[in-house]
Amino acid sequence: MGVKLLLDKANVPGIRTYEVYRREGGYRAVEKALKEMTTDAIVEEVKKSGLRGRGGAGFPTGMKWSFIAKPEGVPRHLVCNADESEPGTFKDRYLMEFLPHLLIEGLIISSFALGSNDTYIYIRGEYAWIPDILEEAIEEAKAAGWLGKNILGTGFDCNIHVQRGGGAYICGEETALIESLEGKRGNPRIKPPFPAIQGLWMRPTVVNNVETLAAVVPIINMGGEEYAKIGVGKSTGTKLISACGNINKPGVYEIDMTITVEEFIYSDEYCGGIKDGKKLKACIPGGSSVPILPANLLLTTAKGEPRYMNYESLSDGGFATGSMLGSGGFIVLDEDQCIVKNTYTLARFYRHESCGQCSPCREGTGWMEKILQKIETGKGEMSDIDLLWDIQRKIEGNTICPLGDAASWPVAAAIRHFRDEFEWHVKNPELAQTSNFGLQHYADPIHVPA
Amino acid sequence: MATIFNDTQMTEFKRLVARYPEGKQKSALLPALHLAQDSFGGWLSTEALDYVASLLQIEPIEVYEVATFYSMYNLKPVGKFVFEVCQTGPCMISGSDNIIDYIKKTLDIKPGETTKDGLFTLKLVECLGACGYAPMMQVGKIYKEHLTKEKVDSIIAEYRAQASNN
Ligand SMILES: Cc1cc2nc3c(=O)[nH]c(=O)nc-3n(C[C@H](O)[C@H](O)[C@H](O)COP(=O)(O)O)c2cc1C
Ligand code: SF4
Ligand code: FES
Repeated sequence: MGVKLLLDKANVPGIRTYEVYRREGGYRAVEKALKEMTTDAIVEEVKKSGLRGRGGAGFPTGMKWSFIAKPEGVPRHLVCNADESEPGTFKDRYLMEFLPHLLIEGLIISSFALGSNDTYIYIRGEYAWIPDILEEAIEEAKAAGWLGKNILGTGFDCNIHVQRGGGAYICGEETALIESLEGKRGNPRIKPPFPAIQGLWMRPTVVNNVETLAAVVPIINMGGEEYAKIGVGKSTGTKLISACGNINKPGVYEIDMTITVEEFIYSDEYCGGIKDGKKLKACIPGGSSVPILPANLLLTTAKGEPRYMNYESLSDGGFATGSMLGSGGFIVLDEDQCIVKNTYTLARFYRHESCGQCSPCREGTGWMEKILQKIETGKGEMSDIDLLWDIQRKIEGNTICPLGDAASWPVAAAIRHFRDEFEWHVKNPELAQTSNFGLQHYADPIHVPA
Repeated sequence: MATIFNDTQMTEFKRLVARYPEGKQKSALLPALHLAQDSFGGWLSTEALDYVASLLQIEPIEVYEVATFYSMYNLKPVGKFVFEVCQTGPCMISGSDNIIDYIKKTLDIKPGETTKDGLFTLKLVECLGACGYAPMMQVGKIYKEHLTKEKVDSIIAEYRAQASNN
């Protein structure tokens, strides 16, 4: 069993309630941080921990916190990003549903460190039952004196508010989230200015993911240095992985980032192997935006070394032969899955979610969806594959926010690694409607552990 | 249905607005639209949108802009129960196509349509954050996960019974 820092108490009956959470050692970190530490010391501890943002981009959290502007007399805000809408990702939901007090505890410490008296949790609107859980936890924490006015006699006031979104993936992008929190359409802002300088209501703002803020609790409890000893290299601490697709045990797992991808997929502690005894075909290891990898490049790097479940190893080889850890949304495809169809559904997703501000993203995502649908339904031409490649290249890097890149990468990677499957669809339009390309593109037999 | 909040709804509306600083009441727009949609029969008429604008003291256009941007606001009447079935990659590779076909056949409607008795609307939606529990759909505030044909049958039966008891 690997180390667990976030989900270690997840199975304690009643852990959702304040009483049980407190009895199990909850809110010790708030006590320590508010009574024994200065705000600078907390930021320093988070820096030492090496914690990287768990929302997808992996930006060092301590560094982000140190950027927040502190103009005299201007309120600052912490905003918790609970928009969780990247296909394949459902870990924040798990934390909020089952361990609401862990998030609240992390939010109190982080709000104190950043000087946020009004902190907002922006949660995707579809998670409609979770705000009640969070608000109940907030009320309990307030009744016990951990929130509200003059917390623990420190003079620090803090309130946490929960706001539901309206259904829009783009509101996970931090500046779109801020716009949405201001009651507007979720159109990302042009940066600079960065939120740390001018964010919510043009006030200095830090936006962090749910899991990032929850991880602050073990960091304060054990100290940044101890936290940094877990994991490897720049992948410190633990990471939540939401595993889905054609595996025996889909679900949310906490891993320390030293395990191999092979162990994660095949061991009974995690995914429990491919469903129905089938073979692994491909995997999108970090949420729908990151490049898909064929089985051989997933389990071992291009150099033939085992691949590990961490930031560095998953991106080894760059986009040519690697991918990314991203949000930890781990999507597994078995031998019967069609890469063209899978890519088509993702292209449709990004077209649906584009906010429409930038022409390359608005038009390009629509084109990609249409062309992929054409190939998928047996009406494709060979030149369509090159056209797709050309379109994705023209979107990437030419837009206001990274959604454009996020839409391009899945298409690029699918063509890069599975071009023969696209060509097979074009050449066999009828056959492709009733049968599947399967594992034909693997020149070598794929290594499948017994 | 009158497009005006009753006392309980108005109390909730005031609670929503109180979360934001003075003069930033526009921030309450998304939650206020959810409240209006829940209060006025599951969708937002132009009257409802104008009403929310007047409560928040903002221009109607500011409300229209938002209501048309986000996917959860229904701008047309919908059935009593809306089946929002996820069709994105992870759900698709876990068999959502079969579930969608089955619901279409069983209710005899296409996506976007409502059954003649006004009970069910079928909507195809994108990833709802339940990929590990696929196939799945959202109905109102709840998620129905690990869907099978049998499970769809019993869900439909359950809602039919609920509707005839009211
Ligand atoms: C299109 C798009 C969608 C995003 N969705 C989310 C999301 O749902 N949750 C999240 O935490 N971050 C999301 N992000 C990343 C945020 O912009 C931001 O980097 C993150 O919330 C920062 O928190 P972290 O440093 O703790 O990861 C998204 C980014 C983009 C471009
Ligand atoms: S890249 Fe797409 S989603 Fe992002 S701002 Fe431009 S149009 Fe909007
Ligand atoms: S893909 Fe259907 S819930 Fe995520």
